[in-house]
Amino acid sequence: MTLSLEASAVTVAYPNGHTALRDASFQLRSGTIAALVGVNGSGKSTLFKTLMGFVKPVSGSIRIAGGTVEQARKLKLVAYVPQTEEVDWTFPVSVWDVVMMGRYGHMNFLRIANAEDKRMVNESLARVGMTEFKDRQIGELSGGQKKRVFLARALAQNGQIILLDEPFTGVDVTTEEAIITLLRSLRDEGRIILVSTHNLGSVPEFCDHVVLVNRTVLASGPLEDVFTEDNLNRAFGGVLRQFHFESSTIQDHDGKTVKLLTDDERPLVFGKDGHLEYKDRTERQELVNKRIEEVGE
Amino acid sequence: MNWLAPLQYPFMVEALLVSALVGTVCAVFSCYLILKGWSLMGDAISHAVLPGIVIAYMLGLPLAVGAFAAGLLCALSVGWIKSSTRIKEDTVMGIVFTGMFALGLVLFTKVQTDAHLNHILFGNILGIEREDMIQTLIASAATLIIILLKRKDLMLFCFDVAHARAIGLNTALLHYLLLALLSSTIVASMQAVGIILVVAMLVTPGCTARLLTDRFDRMLLIATASSVLACCLGVYASFFLNAATGACIVLAQAAMFAGAMLWKNMRSPRAQAGT
Ligand SMILES: Nc1ncnc2c1ncn2[C@@H]1O[C@H](COP(=O)(O)OP(=O)(O)OP(=O)(O)O)[C@@H](O)[C@H]1O
Ligand SMILES: [Mg+2]
Repeated sequence: MTLSLEASAVTVAYPNGHTALRDASFQLRSGTIAALVGVNGSGKSTLFKTLMGFVKPVSGSIRIAGGTVEQARKLKLVAYVPQTEEVDWTFPVSVWDVVMMGRYGHMNFLRIANAEDKRMVNESLARVGMTEFKDRQIGELSGGQKKRVFLARALAQNGQIILLDEPFTGVDVTTEEAIITLLRSLRDEGRIILVSTHNLGSVPEFCDHVVLVNRTVLASGPLEDVFTEDNLNRAFGGVLRQFHFESSTIQDHDGKTVKLLTDDERPLVFGKDGHLEYKDRTERQELVNKRIEEVGE
Repeated sequence: MNWLAPLQYPFMVEALLVSALVGTVCAVFSCYLILKGWSLMGDAISHAVLPGIVIAYMLGLPLAVGAFAAGLLCALSVGWIKSSTRIKEDTVMGIVFTGMFALGLVLFTKVQTDAHLNHILFGNILGIEREDMIQTLIASAATLIIILLKRKDLMLFCFDVAHARAIGLNTALLHYLLLALLSSTIVASMQAVGIILVVAMLVTPGCTARLLTDRFDRMLLIATASSVLACCLGVYASFFLNAATGACIVLAQAAMFAGAMLWKNMRSPRAQAGT
């Protein structure tokens, strides 16, 4: 079984007749971090629901590791990290309990944890750095810690395809970086990670593949090919705030040095020919080269 | 006054034992019901069982069977009406359960029964018939066993449906199971407190326990302890007060909740800082 995720011509309609996705196609292969980018209401959550089998496409098909969504569900291949707002934080469960829920699918009828389950939970907690909080009630955590608990649950589930809904909203840059580091190590294990976001600036930082959606898949491919000003304008219409430095006064005044400050949202910065601004360009280049070699083989 | 006097009567001993069992079932189930946010559904279903009881009587079936079927019918029709119209769920429930309750009242006056309406509405645990008692025991035992076997799945279903589905649980089945368990819990407690006050049994023990702990397993234990205690106290007190047993049980449940709240407030940091 090689891991892959493939949607071909998927159309999804809700019972009220609203067609949320039309003719959407994209492909992801093993070892990818993909960003699912689109405005509010563009169908990101709908796509997640379809991948998990909550809503059935009216037409088109989804193949996960060569099988159907239903088969993937039986194998517990797909793990879901919910949006923070979807969780009842007052629910009387501890961090440990939540991560253990990732193991339920692997347990017997009575859901009694064995040594392996406990080992996996401990290991997952350690990987996200939440071991010391394992006995806390889940409401007694900071925003970033909450995200990490549910990421640990996906790890405990041993999900090979991990869907994260808006993991970076309300998270400071330090936590964002910690999560990104973790996602990279998961990618290196060959998993597929699909992250929905409308925080454009962080996209070049964490992913190597982009799926742009606006009621269909507008474009899907490597970051450099898809993340162009042109595509983004199509995906976001006129809602992006733009600031052009060529017409800014500092350009002449201070030579080429530009400093940009924002709050917790990263800005997306384009160079002259649509080159993207990265925090760490060399690491990025290595990855791109590696990909080119792989394709060449 | 002789404190042990009630125990000389077999009917009192029986009532204490039955109410302790019913109290256990209700307590365990209430933890799921309040966390799922279905308290109102509990109220609706408990009223909607009335026509089922009357029709079962007419057909010569066990009353518990009729009640269970009517409860389930109420839950299913609420779900169906909600999904096929734009009306909100709580509004739909208001229509369905009052309609069914009214139908039950009309049917009741048209049918000659030897069951007293009062006993159905307010319970009659001290005068419980052998047959009703057996039905109560069966409903209680079956409900309790199923909940305990499926307790982790049901907990996950209440907490996070999406994850439950993702790991391969049949969430549609769990949804209907929880509704069926709600109906059977109501059937089990009907004889003790009657259908009007059942909702207290379905929510109070869980709420009391929720105040005192933030772990689910402990919540089950505390709810059970407080509910069994309240049921026995209620039965016991009704003997001396010569008052309706169901009402006494519900009052004791409310007292447990008030006590838990007082205790919690006294121990809160603010109260301690004040002393
Ligand atoms: N249960 C539903 N029934 C009917 N329509 C729905 C339902 N859920 C979503 N929609 C509609 O489908 C469209 C896509 O919604 P979706 O939730 O997938 O958007 P999204 O991209 O996740 O947006 P956001 O960024 O706000 O989370 C929206 O127009 C929405 O109104
Ligand atoms: Mg969404």
